Amino acid sequence: MVGTFYGAPSPGAKPFIEIGDEIKVGQVLCIIEAMKMMNQIESDKAGRVTSIMARNGDPVEFGQPLFVVE
Amino acid sequence: MLEKVVIANRGEIALRILRACRELGIKTVAVHSTADYSLKHVLLADESVCIGPPPSSGSYLNMPAIISAAEVTDSVAIHPGYGFLSENADFAEAGGKERLRIHWPEGRNHPHHGRQGFRNPCHEVARRTLCARLRRAARRGSGREPAGRARYRLPPIIIKASGGGGGRGMRVVHSEASLLNAIGITKAEARAAFGNDQVYMEKFLERPRHIEFQVLADGHGNVIHLGERDCSMQRRHQKVIEEAPAPGITARQRRIMGDRCVEACKAVGYRSAGTLEFLFEDGEFYFIEMNTRIQVEHPVTELITPASTS
Repeated sequence: MVGTFYGAPSPGAKPFIEIGDEIKVGQVLCIIEAMKMMNQIESDKAGRVTSIMARNGDPVEFGQPLFVVE
Repeated sequence: MLEKVVIANRGEIALRILRACRELGIKTVAVHSTADYSLKHVLLADESVCIGPPPSSGSYLNMPAIISAAEVTDSVAIHPGYGFLSENADFAEAGGKERLRIHWPEGRNHPHHGRQGFRNPCHEVARRTLCARLRRAARRGSGREPAGRARYRLPPIIIKASGGGGGRGMRVVHSEASLLNAIGITKAEARAAFGNDQVYMEKFLERPRHIEFQVLADGHGNVIHLGERDCSMQRRHQKVIEEAPAPGITARQRRIMGDRCVEACKAVGYRSAGTLEFLFEDGEFYFIEMNTRIQVEHPVTELITPASTS
């Protein structure tokens, strides 16, 4: 997906996940906005987040890694 | 002047658009599938955005991805080139909503003005080029009227499906007696093959040549034509060789037809590169259709004129 990366459900809100969090399959990790549509991106892996590679408001493109999960 | 343009295509036309932008001082954004990350236009563009996987349905035909790519790069326009989304009204409409300028033929009947009222500029062009009488759609329903009209025409005629193309959905009629039958069969075939049973009839030309005129319209009322190309050399209705200027077309014929094309484009307020296609037989031109975009064969005209068609 191509669009704008948001780490939290709304400006100023607590981010969906932070480094060190344990995540489950299907858990929402971030929002990618494309054509004013907010697309919630769910995890297809379970594990511990070791890195978040995009910052709030960053443009991201298809195939770009956003999170590292152990 | 446009600041930054997304090139929503690949290959030759992507490079051609990139060159045109460079010459005009416009920044370029290449969009590409995962397979095409190292194509030349991707490497040469000021920026690039990966928009999807190798199948074009997920990338070069993926409208939200392309429009989002324009948004995240702060581009103001999208040039779709030819093929892919170049003739997709939904794409032009979606881009319009996001205040992007899609390189799209604009006329009084622009699709932004509502799908219902959308008429292809070629209808107007046909009317103006005075060859339209040969391309009137046969009325749906009662088959009586087309027969009545056809009485004024000389056989043979050809019935064609409006939704057809590539040599399919056509039937030649040699006598008035077989006309209604032929219309019925062609309609049935067209419904099955193209989901659209509208047909039209035109004079059947035994040995036509295919001549097309290149026009450029800037959207400010200035329209020029760049002469014609001859693309009669075809195999299975696919063009093999394009030649410009067309052999055997006199300077007078070129001037008259070129002027008519220009007038027609002015009349509809056309904006963009465009090609008006004609069949040519025994000194007469018969309008076929208008391609409201840049065509694959644009370099043939560029080689004999100083103009850039991109």
